[in-house]
Amino acid sequence: MKTILSVHSLTKKFGHLTAVNNLSFTIEKGNVYGILGPNGSGKSTTLGIVLNVVNKTSGEFKWFDGSKSTHQALKKVGAIIERPNFYPYMSAVQNLRLVCKIKGVSEGKIEEKLQVVGLIERKHSKFRTYSLGMKQRLAIASALLNDPEILILDEPTNGLDPQGIHQIREIIKKIAADGTTILLASHLLDEVEKVCSHVVILRKGEKLYSGRVDGMLASHGFFELKSDDLSVLKSYLEKNASFGEVKIENGMLTAFLKEEMNALELNQTLFSQGIVLSHLVKRKESLEEQFLALTKNSQP
Amino acid sequence: MNRLLQIEFIKLWNNRASKILILSYFILLTSIALVAAIKFDIGPIKFHLAEQGIFNFPYIWHFNTFVTALFKLFLAIVIVSMMSNEYSNKTIKQNLIDGLSKKEFILSKFLTVVVFALVSTIFVFVVSLILGLFYSDYNELSIIFSDLEFLVAFFVKLVGFFSFCLFLGILVKRSAFALGFLVLWMIFEQMLFGLLGWKFVSWETAQNIKGFLPMEAMSNLINEPFSRLKAVQSVAAQMGESFALNYAVHWYEILIVLLWSALFIYLSYAILRKRDF
Repeated sequence: MKTILSVHSLTKKFGHLTAVNNLSFTIEKGNVYGILGPNGSGKSTTLGIVLNVVNKTSGEFKWFDGSKSTHQALKKVGAIIERPNFYPYMSAVQNLRLVCKIKGVSEGKIEEKLQVVGLIERKHSKFRTYSLGMKQRLAIASALLNDPEILILDEPTNGLDPQGIHQIREIIKKIAADGTTILLASHLLDEVEKVCSHVVILRKGEKLYSGRVDGMLASHGFFELKSDDLSVLKSYLEKNASFGEVKIENGMLTAFLKEEMNALELNQTLFSQGIVLSHLVKRKESLEEQFLALTKNSQP
Repeated sequence: MNRLLQIEFIKLWNNRASKILILSYFILLTSIALVAAIKFDIGPIKFHLAEQGIFNFPYIWHFNTFVTALFKLFLAIVIVSMMSNEYSNKTIKQNLIDGLSKKEFILSKFLTVVVFALVSTIFVFVVSLILGLFYSDYNELSIIFSDLEFLVAFFVKLVGFFSFCLFLGILVKRSAFALGFLVLWMIFEQMLFGLLGWKFVSWETAQNIKGFLPMEAMSNLINEPFSRLKAVQSVAAQMGESFALNYAVHWYEILIVLLWSALFIYLSYAILRKRDF
């Protein structure tokens, strides 16, 4: 697998505040990565460092095989950070022409990329007349101009209305389907859950987890059960070694698994014990629950 | 280099305010020719400025470079705002992310400044040449092309001044404040001069020290040309005065301004490199 970006014990201090602390991770070609963390956890600072706009305090990062300088490497990267920044007095086409000049690519792709993000009808309007959603879509078009090896998006749906959020997500999915590597920073879990295959979780500048989204917790999921006599059910499950925590909430019993077990097996066992279920669902924790569990566990 | 200039050109030329200011600046440069039309004809008093010898070669080089240098304030506004707008629109951040290095960013601004200065110099040269050919009393080639060092001084003066503007734009990040700072700095140089001469050293030494400060060094490059005029000198002679000014352009004056320009550009780069966006 080709490595696109490797970050090694990166640290950034703003005075006494450590925004990023000894962070290491690697990004391989072809995956969709999420950087997840609450506000102020160092996501944007990390991206700022690898994008040459924030100076690191210590550590290293390497684009591709590390043979090119950062600004040369960035010509093969497409990135949008926080808010879309363009020249307000210039039209979409003029702005994109400027980006082509900076990246050193031909202007032939401008029309095509504006088509992808659905701005072709407004291509001659000045940037300042655009709505936030349109500005964000122009930013994506601009990031795609050089057919980048990796697309970096920092909170791309922040501040958009539901329609705008939907449009942006559709565009991201389309780009991901084409095989472009994507790095998506967000504090919105469902966003990451919907598009990402891998995730790096940050809290207060420190890495809590990095790896596949579904491997985030060594979790086997849990059962939601209902029966006529919940207390009998509960005492039976508590004696069973396969189950960890068992709790009753609002007339529903939730039992967390300690090892793999399918619903059929459980149903058979319980029935043979004379316990008849009226409700049986096996579920995995949502990313949100996993995330909260993860950040809670490592609280100092 | 071409690429960097094109980048800056797209940014400037699509901005209506910059475009208008740049155009007015070059129209003003040309309009110095209109001075030739100044003519008073009130009964016995006949006065035609063009016939007072201001368009005589080689004096015209001195006169025109001095007068047109006053218009540089127009371009100063353009330059300060082309720098500070990058901050207020946050486009500098986007430029860096898109793959422009910090060095290239500064270089594209500096090259633009040099081009402005160069085009201005060529403009002044052409306009003066045409005016001179019309009105000058002397038309020998050797006279026409003497004292051309005033054009060199003019070019260096503009590069120095614009580099200072560029530096202030980066340092202060807001165009209005940067221009305010520029005025403040001019006052500061005079105050420093006054303070030194009054309390610490002789007035002569204070004058010498002042000559090393950027704004004063730039204005020393081309001394005022008016007292060189025959009419003014004859009036002064009648009143028993004589001017002993040294009008020439000195190499060390050019060197001081060039050093300041280099320092301003280097400091701009140093600031940019240290800053987080």
